[in-house]
Amino acid sequence: MEKPKIATASLAGCFGCHMSLLDIDDRILKLFELVQFDKSPIDDIKKFTGQCAIGLIEGGCCNEENVHNLQNFRKHCGILISVGDCAINGGIPAMRNNIPLKECFDEAYRDGPSVYNPEGIIPNDKEIPLLLDKVYPCHHVVKVDYYLPGCPPPADTLWEALVALLSNKPLDLPYELIKYD
Amino acid sequence: MSVEFKQTIKEICEACGNDRSLMMDVVIATQKRFGCVSNEAMDLIAENMNAHRVEVEGVVSFYSFLSPDPKGQVVIRLCNDVVDQMQGVQAVAEAFKKELGIDFGQTTPDGKITLEWTPCIGMCDQAPAALINDMVFTYLSTDKVREITDELKKHGDPEQIPIRYGDGNNAHDLVKSMVNNGLRKKGAVIFGQHEAEKGVKNALSMSAVEVIREVKNARLRGRGGAGFPTGMKWEFTRAADGDKKYILCNADEGEPGTFKDRVILTERADLLFEGMTIGGYAVGSDEGILYLRAEYAYLRAFLENVLKERRDRGLLGKNACGKDGFDFDIRIQMGAGAYICGEETALISSCEGLRGDPKNRPPFPAQKGYKECPTSVNNVETFCAVARILDKGAAWFSEVGSQGSPSTKLLSVSGDCTNPGVYEFPFGMRVDDLLKKVGAQDVQAVLIGGPSGQLIGSADFERTICYDDLATGGSVIVFNSKRNILEIVGQYMDFFVEESCGYCTPCRVGNVLLRNGIEKIIHGQGEKADLDYLQELGETVKLASRCGLGQTSPNPVLTSLKNFRAVYEAVLIEPTDGQQPSFDIKAALSVSEDLTGRKSEIYKD
Amino acid sequence: MSEKTITFTIDGVEVKGAPGQTILDAADAAGIYIPRLCHFKGLNPHGSCRVCTVIVNGRPQAACTQPIAEGTTVENDTEDIKKHRSNIVDMMFVEGNHFCMFCEKSGNCELQALAYRLGICAPKYPFQFPDCTLDASHPDIFIDRNRCILCGRCVQASKDLDGKCVFEFVGRGAEKKIAVNAEAKLSDTNVDVTDRAVNICPVGAILKKREGFKIPIGERMYDAQPIGSDIESDTKSIK
Repeated sequence: MEKPKIATASLAGCFGCHMSLLDIDDRILKLFELVQFDKSPIDDIKKFTGQCAIGLIEGGCCNEENVHNLQNFRKHCGILISVGDCAINGGIPAMRNNIPLKECFDEAYRDGPSVYNPEGIIPNDKEIPLLLDKVYPCHHVVKVDYYLPGCPPPADTLWEALVALLSNKPLDLPYELIKYD
Repeated sequence: MSVEFKQTIKEICEACGNDRSLMMDVVIATQKRFGCVSNEAMDLIAENMNAHRVEVEGVVSFYSFLSPDPKGQVVIRLCNDVVDQMQGVQAVAEAFKKELGIDFGQTTPDGKITLEWTPCIGMCDQAPAALINDMVFTYLSTDKVREITDELKKHGDPEQIPIRYGDGNNAHDLVKSMVNNGLRKKGAVIFGQHEAEKGVKNALSMSAVEVIREVKNARLRGRGGAGFPTGMKWEFTRAADGDKKYILCNADEGEPGTFKDRVILTERADLLFEGMTIGGYAVGSDEGILYLRAEYAYLRAFLENVLKERRDRGLLGKNACGKDGFDFDIRIQMGAGAYICGEETALISSCEGLRGDPKNRPPFPAQKGYKECPTSVNNVETFCAVARILDKGAAWFSEVGSQGSPSTKLLSVSGDCTNPGVYEFPFGMRVDDLLKKVGAQDVQAVLIGGPSGQLIGSADFERTICYDDLATGGSVIVFNSKRNILEIVGQYMDFFVEESCGYCTPCRVGNVLLRNGIEKIIHGQGEKADLDYLQELGETVKLASRCGLGQTSPNPVLTSLKNFRAVYEAVLIEPTDGQQPSFDIKAALSVSEDLTGRKSEIYKD
Repeated sequence: MSEKTITFTIDGVEVKGAPGQTILDAADAAGIYIPRLCHFKGLNPHGSCRVCTVIVNGRPQAACTQPIAEGTTVENDTEDIKKHRSNIVDMMFVEGNHFCMFCEKSGNCELQALAYRLGICAPKYPFQFPDCTLDASHPDIFIDRNRCILCGRCVQASKDLDGKCVFEFVGRGAEKKIAVNAEAKLSDTNVDVTDRAVNICPVGAILKKREGFKIPIGERMYDAQPIGSDIESDTKSIK
């Protein structure tokens, strides 16, 4: 039987949740026995090769590319999991949610104390994804099946969750593994 | 800060004896005098009243008729109740905006006129209606708006706008209002012929215990909606420890679609005060308070005069009604725009000069109410009923009505019917009979008891209006088949969001979420799971909220889900590929597209 | 204990208490934890968070304000009540901006701890992302209104324990917020860093400066043991 596929992505996140996934230490070898990684920064596969059993999403949506990526994951993944606080509630990037976009641009590219930009240029290449008006938690954009909170979620949380889901068991995290920080 | 300003605030506070519990009067007077209760005013009031500044701010920011920011000398408050929406208030609103050149929530550049929305002002039978300062303007049209604004631009005085006075005491010198009573059906009890002061005379010839027994024998239940037995409430208040006791009249009828107390206050004020006097005697109180909603401020001078005349006639004051040792008087406490103050413990808070937050129960008001003293709070109509019970006896009172709900009930009927107005009918009337009497045809839904009551459809029109079946404080709103149920539900949820005091979590947050959930469905983004979501959310708000407002606030959603499920189902969409229908990528990108001057390459039109 | 004892049951367990005692206090004494947030021993029950809602003889009541009564049946730890409690906690999370990952209170926060205990991985309601203000004007104390759950502890403590009136609620409904006894700034009030009101916030809304993240992760109040463990006589394993 073919191994179930897993895909992962980091949207508006810091890759910390991916680091936490690597932090399952030698269990990663076991994980590779259980699953095959598809589109993911872990194996650097850029495109889905087919339908995946599980998609792990780190980070919320701060720009159009994030949204596109997330929608693509939803289409390709049977189970979609929001991994980490940024995916769940926007996290640190969502601190900008009550600051108008223009002010964010000005602070980042023009007025910030460490900025040197005498011409006041705001980068606007067409390769740069357009920002959304605010940072959206993943489940505000697509339906999400499970949430693994934490900044990042403990490696054990990720491990337990994956093992449970891969063996069709209910995901029931013990007290120690639900953490928001 | 000018010396004069300081002096005026000082005088306002002194006029209230610098009494902290009269804070409402102080801030209302300040608002009236200066068009706001400014930061400086709050500091001065705190200083004069021996209060903390933030306490004054807490009060000012609670009531919608008070404001820390300056408003015009003229404040136009247009009623945006559902019934007004049905009667075309949007066109009226547009006319006001156009004529004044401002939007709602704004003041004209000359600082003279402020335009605002306000929830139900008790004029649903003559909607669209507005308050201009204290004056009521009914049956508004775009033409009338033009006349009104022309006048206001000329002299800036709403009282100089020519109006035709309404019927009865609406034309009284101290009222001079264009409001019509709209009294369509007089019953035997509240609006029947009666001999003035006979009830109170009979009562005072009996012992207080006998008076309460008579009220209990009549099986009178509170007419405000909750239906607590009045006799029992009085018995508890009378039996409670405390030298000082209070009898409070709840004239804060704010339930959308209710306006029957307006007519009592206009045409049966003496009967009401007679009932309050009986109540005072029964519970052993020497002070009554009539809590009058700010929307009815146009009746205040008239009511004050009725009280004065009663004092002059010896019906109030020392040895009231000639009864040795029975000293009883009544004062009027004005509200300042807060639906929650119709909840009895919130009303007490407001009378104490506090934010209109409900209080924790127990203790109940009968044990510890106004100023920690035993207090009975009763509805306007309840007091009138008491006066008639003591006049004609319990047996006479319960001649009509249904088994569990004796006597008559005032109904305020509005919405899609040819004869909106106030009806006094015996309890136990079937809804379909009522609909016939008010000239309602093609009826899709009836809201019994206002938004905190039940929205019923034709399957329930055989049910009866009484405490044991369809209970109501008086509000009956009719919707014909052309009305959009979901939009009506959404508008009523807007109302609860606006009027929640915010004290407890489920009501403060839950109603916002319910409103957003309904909007999602209205926008065609709802899925079947959203109905379960709304149901469970509504149940949490109902179960866990602290007071009656919160416990009934999800009713528009819950009762429409029950009785009009097909209306919801008709606009639901099938789950779409795991995407959230409520997420709008174009809207989320529009700011960015404007700022960068380029269009999304991924999400093209 | 007074002369008379009142006997009632919580989830079928017989509990005894004194007349006038609230359900919550009697439950505490009996080693039964009823989840709560706004409640604080030594302050008058506020009754605002509604997390302690229990069913008394079929009727919902706040355990922190409802006195015990002879022979009553109280339901506390049922699936139905847990569902409503989770919903209320979810409401508090989406109503504010609760970013635990950079909050100094994390690990010692009662709201967070309650969510942990209830097994909440994410609130079921959409986040509202309200626009809230932060007041860092005072040299030793700051207010972050993003995190305020309007429990009223600071309001009451300032009045009843500190004999001041530094904090009070302003606005109403969804606009309700905590304000200070000055035109705008906490530094213009007579607040002191030793005030009880400053040390009583269940979340990270009122905090002392220069004290954040003092306790290492793993040693904080709720890292190992769920909130309420101290009350429960025999600590059950919490699912």
